[in-house]
Amino acid sequence: MTAGQGLSGAGTGYRGLRRREALDAYVMITPWLLGLVLFTAGPMVASAILAFMKWDIMSPAVWTGLGNFRIALNDELLAKSLGNTAFYTFIGVPINLVNALWLAILLNTDIHGKALYRTWYYLPSVVPSVANAIVWIWILHPQFGVMNAFLSLLGIQGPNWLWDSRMAKPSLMLMNLWGIGSSCIIFLAGLQNVPQTLYEAASIDGAGTIRRFQHVTVPMLTPVIFFNLIMGFIGSFQVFTSAYIMTEGGPRNATLFYVLYLYRNVWEYFKIGYASALAWILFAIIMALTLIQLRLADRWVFYEQELRK
Amino acid sequence: MHLFLVTVGITFLVPLAWLVSSSLKGPGDQFAFPPKWIPGPVHFENYVLAVTLLPFGTFFKNTVMICALNLIGTLISSSLTAFAFARLRFPGRDRLFVILLSTMMLPGIVTLIPTFVMFKQLGWVDTIAPLTVPAFFGGGAFNIFLIRQFYMTIPADLDEAARMDGANSWRIWRQIMLPLTKPALGTVGIFNFLSHWNDFMGPLIYLRSTENYTLALGVAGYQRTWGAEWHLVFASASLMVFPVIIVFFLGQRYFVQGIALTGMGGK
Repeated sequence: MTAGQGLSGAGTGYRGLRRREALDAYVMITPWLLGLVLFTAGPMVASAILAFMKWDIMSPAVWTGLGNFRIALNDELLAKSLGNTAFYTFIGVPINLVNALWLAILLNTDIHGKALYRTWYYLPSVVPSVANAIVWIWILHPQFGVMNAFLSLLGIQGPNWLWDSRMAKPSLMLMNLWGIGSSCIIFLAGLQNVPQTLYEAASIDGAGTIRRFQHVTVPMLTPVIFFNLIMGFIGSFQVFTSAYIMTEGGPRNATLFYVLYLYRNVWEYFKIGYASALAWILFAIIMALTLIQLRLADRWVFYEQELRK
Repeated sequence: MHLFLVTVGITFLVPLAWLVSSSLKGPGDQFAFPPKWIPGPVHFENYVLAVTLLPFGTFFKNTVMICALNLIGTLISSSLTAFAFARLRFPGRDRLFVILLSTMMLPGIVTLIPTFVMFKQLGWVDTIAPLTVPAFFGGGAFNIFLIRQFYMTIPADLDEAARMDGANSWRIWRQIMLPLTKPALGTVGIFNFLSHWNDFMGPLIYLRSTENYTLALGVAGYQRTWGAEWHLVFASASLMVFPVIIVFFLGQRYFVQGIALTGMGGK
């Protein structure tokens, strides 16, 4: 009898502990749940509704259905900003990745002071973007800038960089090369995971440096390349600060990027509804790009698990 | 090989070197051609001028305040949420975790406009509240995810033993998990500090009066308003960079770990 009571007592105790644990867990995640509702789900719903409205904050919002999206279709500045952003992304991101990759391969060879170089190359990517923008305005200054001074040493007449509508985007892309340190380190981490035995096997089969790179390094690195590519695209599609500070979208709208145009629609033209529609269009573009990438990835990204199958 | 890496490395240092060198030049020396690398004479007083002529101290204080509040909010909030998801059993956990993961994919721009309207209605525009309060509500899906992954690697025996000894969930979190996850917290903390120190768009949207400006806004503002005083613009920009470099060298371990672990460059 007493044994039975003890057992049932332990049972409720255990259940009580379980209940206590769940209760504590709910209390612990409450801030996150509140944040989810207040700062993510709520605004998402609001933004989706605003996208179908015309609203300038001052006067009451008016439902316009697909009006904003219809305006977007005929908005020349939007088309311009989208074109700029696409150019900046599809050309700039691959250039950055190629450079980050060869630098990572160099840093992965058995050299002295690897850690030092790693730190060194990573340093520029922590420089605040505002400070970076200010320095680069001067580096790229057509008359007094370091870049053109250097080019003139080589007997080249440097371009007007940021002040030339054809060169403005390439100038910003050039500046971005200074920030490749972070993707370089991600590549480096990937390289260090490539099993040495694969290289040895390839060497025994008579593969030289180039073939080893082609048939061992690149295939083993494809997941990291893929990751860097996706993150690069997502980040690049949201470029804002450099254009806002350095070129103000100019010259002749050459650096009017998508998010800068969206920003102006809210905080300069007070077209809240239209900007919300633009935000969703951007989201759709980024989503689509990511999905296409994922689909394409099946063809070229190689995961080590496949090897073990 | 080393020669090559050093040459590439030198080009990497050009912008930083140019920033520091220009911050020590006299007024108008930026317009020398060819550009002078070594300022002569060296004008250390640019820094004094940059700090005294402008409300630099106020900008600095505001920025530190925003960074500190975000750091506290994010570390407490995200580690607590991550702990619940990683170590506690409760109904609906897995479904909620999927929701958490899916919010990582949502670009901030989609929620930015209504969030702004909400804070405006609350009367929080031109205060640091919109830039700090959200950190206390979860601390960001990515950080929660990262810390959770770290918690998952800690053996379950540890908390079971602690529970036998009568410790409740809160004590297990505070006394066992927090000390064991210092590296993850360090990584999250450092990237968090950097991103708020660097943040330009957030303050640009929410802060209006000069006395509420952050360093990023202040420095960008000088650049716009003081066309001619470039030496002071450079000095103030340098002052914005130095703390980052100090943090970078102090927290180097966490940086490399964090990047390798999370695959992100902190941006």
